[in-house]
Amino acid sequence: MRIVIVGDGKVGFTLAEHLSGEGHDIVLIDHSPSVLSQSVNSLDVLGIPGNGASYDVQEEAGVGKSDLLIAATSADEVNILCCLVARKLGARHTIARVRNPAYTKQLSLMKDELGLSLAVNPGIQAASEISRILRFPPALHIETFVRGRVELVETPITAESPLSGVYLRELYARFHVRVLICAVQRGDNVYIPGGDFRLAAGDRISITAAPADIEIFFREIGAPRVRIRSVMIVGGGFIALHLTQQLLEMGMSVKIIEKDEERCRMLSEQLPRAVVIHGDGTSQELLDEEGIDSMDAFIALTGIDEENIVMSMYASAKNVRKVVTKVERLRFPEFLDHAGVGSLISAKNLTANRILHYVRSMENATASGVETLTRVVNNRVEALEFRVRDKGDFLGVPIGKMRFKKNLLIAAIVRAGKIIIPGSADTFEYGDSVVVVTTNEQLADLRDIFA
Amino acid sequence: MNFRMVVHILGKVLCVVGLLMLLPAALALYYRETCFAALAATAAGMIAAGLLMSWKKPENRTLYSREGFLIVALAWIGISVGGALPFYCSGEIPRFIDAFFEAVSGFTTTGSSILTDVEAMSKSLLFWRSFTHWIGGMGVLVFVMAIMPLGGSRSMHLLRAESPGPEVGKLVPKMRFSAMILYGIYFGLTVLEIVLLSLGGMPLYDSVITTFGTVGTGGFSSRAASIAAYDSAYVDGVVTVFMILCGVNFNLYYLMLLGRFSQALKSEELRWYLGIQLAAMAIITANIAHLYPSIGTAFRYASFQVATINSTTGFATADYTLWPELSQCILVLLMLCGSCAGSTAGGIKTVRVILSFKSVGREMRRMTHNRSVSALRFEGKPVREETIGGVNLFLVLYTFIICASTLLISIDGFDFTTTLTASIATISNIGPGLGLIGPMGNFADFSWFSKLVLSFNMLVGRLEIFPLIMIFSPSIWKR
Repeated sequence: MRIVIVGDGKVGFTLAEHLSGEGHDIVLIDHSPSVLSQSVNSLDVLGIPGNGASYDVQEEAGVGKSDLLIAATSADEVNILCCLVARKLGARHTIARVRNPAYTKQLSLMKDELGLSLAVNPGIQAASEISRILRFPPALHIETFVRGRVELVETPITAESPLSGVYLRELYARFHVRVLICAVQRGDNVYIPGGDFRLAAGDRISITAAPADIEIFFREIGAPRVRIRSVMIVGGGFIALHLTQQLLEMGMSVKIIEKDEERCRMLSEQLPRAVVIHGDGTSQELLDEEGIDSMDAFIALTGIDEENIVMSMYASAKNVRKVVTKVERLRFPEFLDHAGVGSLISAKNLTANRILHYVRSMENATASGVETLTRVVNNRVEALEFRVRDKGDFLGVPIGKMRFKKNLLIAAIVRAGKIIIPGSADTFEYGDSVVVVTTNEQLADLRDIFA
Repeated sequence: MNFRMVVHILGKVLCVVGLLMLLPAALALYYRETCFAALAATAAGMIAAGLLMSWKKPENRTLYSREGFLIVALAWIGISVGGALPFYCSGEIPRFIDAFFEAVSGFTTTGSSILTDVEAMSKSLLFWRSFTHWIGGMGVLVFVMAIMPLGGSRSMHLLRAESPGPEVGKLVPKMRFSAMILYGIYFGLTVLEIVLLSLGGMPLYDSVITTFGTVGTGGFSSRAASIAAYDSAYVDGVVTVFMILCGVNFNLYYLMLLGRFSQALKSEELRWYLGIQLAAMAIITANIAHLYPSIGTAFRYASFQVATINSTTGFATADYTLWPELSQCILVLLMLCGSCAGSTAGGIKTVRVILSFKSVGREMRRMTHNRSVSALRFEGKPVREETIGGVNLFLVLYTFIICASTLLISIDGFDFTTTLTASIATISNIGPGLGLIGPMGNFADFSWFSKLVLSFNMLVGRLEIFPLIMIFSPSIWKR
């Protein structure tokens, strides 16, 4: 497909990187030529400097002949205008990143009137991700596949965990739950493990299974069943707003710390049941005063990554059970694993993933292409969902008889709504959804998994 | 520096050029010429070396601009050495430095020759000599890019290092399709000219050779008298038109293919390029009218010489060294100017000349109005300051290299006109100069040292200075 992306920021660049790697023709528009030239140097894309909302620039970028325009600048109004112009020029689909909840409420109206195919709200994306993690505290990360039927959960193995020292082939005999450990991070290495792999304390494992089985599994291994009741959030942006709404509905008590007084007033108007504190969350005194040590969860959501990291480290030191840190530009990821910053969240990554999901499903009407692609374990492992849509000769052949690429694992097969944790006798059938976990990059089609 | 990737891509380039050399080898077989062995052996050797170098895919496939520069410079030196071997091994050019000079002159589409008797060469080697023009015209790496994936997403650095012009961009988002489109247009022009020349009664072999020389803007011919040998106004006309066409930015042809004629014809560079040519043709016609029987004949010769020099081709239909001083002077200026960016031609390029004139004008304004702020505009768009800086740096380096090479060649003791125009004609990829190396002369009498300097000049001119200068900079060789 021919895709025009307006805005060469983190989201725009991530989208361009993935989509051009998947073989699409990408045109990037940004007002800054120097930012653009960096992207054009590292990606096989066409860069056009200029204001993406202007008719002339869009015409130069060939928006009229394009299948899709993605507006991912930092300004909502510009994004909406971009999509409007693109529709007038004849783009078939448009996607806008819209952050302000004031606009989100008119989403349905905007979609019809503006011909918008999709409006992505990074705040809502991030808020849902965080509330999912808070609902299930043992997990560092949760990803869902096949419309929520399969979950991938990342969790650390502690010294006292019964998992430490277990061979993977003994897993079912020991715990009687159908789960699959599909990736293990040990030190700086990431393994896609086989049956001979022996788990050890300090590993970070990724588990795939049906959501109910995952809960049973964690009960079996004796993970403490804590419920999060009180949450402290620092930084009162759009994510905090959406998150607080969700958490309050789940019956948790929420305390928000925000620097800007005007913003605090707005938050307290919109969230009457939350406690809003006006103050600097990076001040140790304030955190102590507000009782950080009695909180079940601490969430750092300010706009500055470094501040978020430091606050989260402090919260971990104060034995807050669940810590979530917003980090938009992930630097030194391996180091952060040991720094006690808990689960890392990036609203921009989530936004890009949401858009990628949409684009992939757009083109996958017939081929067995990638439906969802999620990067887990610090972006070092890809978890991909395919739908079997072509009748290849691999259908009906037992998995044990097929040869797959190295470092690749079939994590789950979903057939007629039922999840199968595959063994060597299972097969692929037409219409199945298949979840594959791999450290190889750029699998574009289910056929790419075979050696 | 990612040396593995450099070696890998160089291997692919050698491989492709080796494959292309099979074409003249097949021709040698057809004509039953003895040089078949030399051509086939070299081709096999290049393919083998290329396969060996590119066999293993490097793990790390990232290319940065310095790898781009290095790959382009080494690739061009490599194919020149490879391209010289058939001439040397077949014994038709007995000295290696001469063969190397001829091959460099071919690939860089210069057209300077050391051959004193072209017609004594075997047909297949003459074909190879002209074929190098065709290969080098649009760029070897661009060709390789069009037929196989190179270096992943970062191959932009290769395109930029090889393509002429101050700002190189792609036509379409995918590098590979950009390269295919460029070669498609190039191929189309080639076929069109072969057909037109054949219709004019030229033998097929001659029309192919002439076409390679024209569309690559090279200038090698299979006849000693160049295009004058055919003595046909029709042939002169066709070649003139195609020389001018191939000096135009190929992006404009792409716009025309898309049906955007008015946008293509509005191009500021195109208008200057054509304007300069028309003005030069008019002045020279008036200046030489008294030498020819009619004004029409004078125009025929004037227009051909202007087109051949300004498009940096280097064919000849008249010995302009016998023309009045004014005409010769204009031709030398046209040599320096060259044609448009993004074409197959050499020279400084019209766009750079215009931009530097505009920047001079702006500086003058700034001297009178200290606080004035003004952005230069070109093609209706503001030009970035870095681009202007780059253009001025390019001009300075160009002048330095001309001065330095003139000095080095002067050791041979030829007259000043010959010495100066030899360095200009090689760095601008024209071919013939004035004096002893005029259209009817050649470069055979220069010493081996001068030939080396001139070969360097040709490569510097074709690759627009920086890639070749870079390989002498210690920092590029560091890891």
